[in-house]
Amino acid sequence: MSTSSTTAISIKGLTKKYGDAFAVAGIDLEVHSGEIFAILGPNGAGKTTTVEILEGYRHRDGGDVTVLGEDPGNLGDKTYSWRERIGIVLQSTNDAEDLSVRETVHHFAKYYSKAKDPESVIALTGLSEKADAKIRTLSGGQRRRLDVALGIIGSPELLFLDEPTTGFDPEARRAFWELIRTLRDEGTTILLTTHYLDEAEALADRVAVIVGGKIIEIAPPETLGGRHLAQARITWVEGGKQHERLTMTPTTDVATISARMGGEVPELQVIRPSLEDIYLHMIGEAK
Amino acid sequence: MNVLRIGLLRGGLEIKQFIRQRESVVFTILFPVMLLFIFGSVFKNSIAPGVTFSQYFVAGMIASGLVNSGFQQLAIMIPMERDFGTLKRLRGTPMSPASYFIGKAVLVTVSTLVQIALLMGFGAAIFGLHMPSSPEKWFRFIWLIVVGSVCTTALGIAFSSVPKSGRGASAVVSPIVIILQFFSGVFFVFTQLPKWMQDFAAIFPLKWLTQGMRSVFLPDSFVQQEVAKSWEVSRTAIVLVVWTIIGIGFSIKKFKWSNS
Repeated sequence: MSTSSTTAISIKGLTKKYGDAFAVAGIDLEVHSGEIFAILGPNGAGKTTTVEILEGYRHRDGGDVTVLGEDPGNLGDKTYSWRERIGIVLQSTNDAEDLSVRETVHHFAKYYSKAKDPESVIALTGLSEKADAKIRTLSGGQRRRLDVALGIIGSPELLFLDEPTTGFDPEARRAFWELIRTLRDEGTTILLTTHYLDEAEALADRVAVIVGGKIIEIAPPETLGGRHLAQARITWVEGGKQHERLTMTPTTDVATISARMGGEVPELQVIRPSLEDIYLHMIGEAK
Repeated sequence: MNVLRIGLLRGGLEIKQFIRQRESVVFTILFPVMLLFIFGSVFKNSIAPGVTFSQYFVAGMIASGLVNSGFQQLAIMIPMERDFGTLKRLRGTPMSPASYFIGKAVLVTVSTLVQIALLMGFGAAIFGLHMPSSPEKWFRFIWLIVVGSVCTTALGIAFSSVPKSGRGASAVVSPIVIILQFFSGVFFVFTQLPKWMQDFAAIFPLKWLTQGMRSVFLPDSFVQQEVAKSWEVSRTAIVLVVWTIIGIGFSIKKFKWSNS
């Protein structure tokens, strides 16, 4: 590997304009090798534009970008050797409908010099039962799994997933997350864009929140928006009345209340702000 | 060479997909044969000593076959692949664009040969089409197919960047082909068309391909019925080569892998 073992993607001061409007207005971030990094933001925040610049699909207007040690905007004769090392799962594709899953995965394997075994990729992505089915007969979730199969068939060091679970039912989504975790455990670095909070929370080691083409915070999901520092709200019933208290020390407070009331505290609740509360607050402020 | 190997593999895959799409089989392969039946059955009159309109028409349809399989097929199919994300996905893999175009060339070659064989077979069996009568004519037939295919393939790839969407592609491309067929002496005897139509058609390859195919399939005496009183073989070659260069130039400059 020609890259440093710690940085898969490095972005400094990235900008991209469409007409006069900045779609990406100065982004800095680093994705470490081996992590799942999520870019979270509302529709139109600049997620896809950013990722497509990293994938080499779009030219940038400013800033420095390095992906696996190369500049995707200026690959020259390294284009193909670089593409050997990345895997891309696009937002929506609808192609090759008349081929079977098996035909397609086996064919794409031929593009790569160190391809995985197509049959094991079909099994890993949970498509074994559908291996001989025509792609047009797959459900949305199965199609997406095929997209992932084609994204990972070349044993990529870095996998891009652009809003992978849009339109999934909850069960398909959980199964998909399990697949992504498996890939991470195998050592693949994953850059994920999503507008689902629970997805970022369930998968990501770190999350960048992007609004209006700018990053407003990068943090692990547990500490995003100062979530771990936010005050907890305790509610309970005492003396026939509803009580409420905001506190930084909920455990101590509950112990105190419990001691005062001689044990059981009626209707006790300790509420921490959800990631959703934090996120909506963050993008509300940014706008 | 890996690029060639993957290109041929793509060609196999393209043919597989082609066969599995009933519309494409009907549209590209059977439609010209149906037209042959209709026109050949309606217009049975002689247009020159020993030449019926049916024979004239079959020669024109074989020339059209090159345009259907190359230009029309690709100029409709590639915008659809662009819409479906096929091209964008391929663009993100280490597959060389050359392999993609080799795959298309394989598809065009196979569908052209199947179409020409069908037209020649039915033309000979039902409408008295004569096979090329000398080695020289066979040679000319073969290079017309090869150069004509390369030319219409290049133009089809070049034109694929014109339609704004896959769905609209057919509406843009098909009328162009049909108008050229009318103007180039496929559906009518070329010399009976107004002069301005003849002149317009002479700009484009189809007129030269039809004339070339007539030189292969019609008796030598028919040359007196042509506008120039000559088969104009070298001029045909020049026109096709010039259009091929234009097509390749545009393809290199304008080819789009995605819509945005």
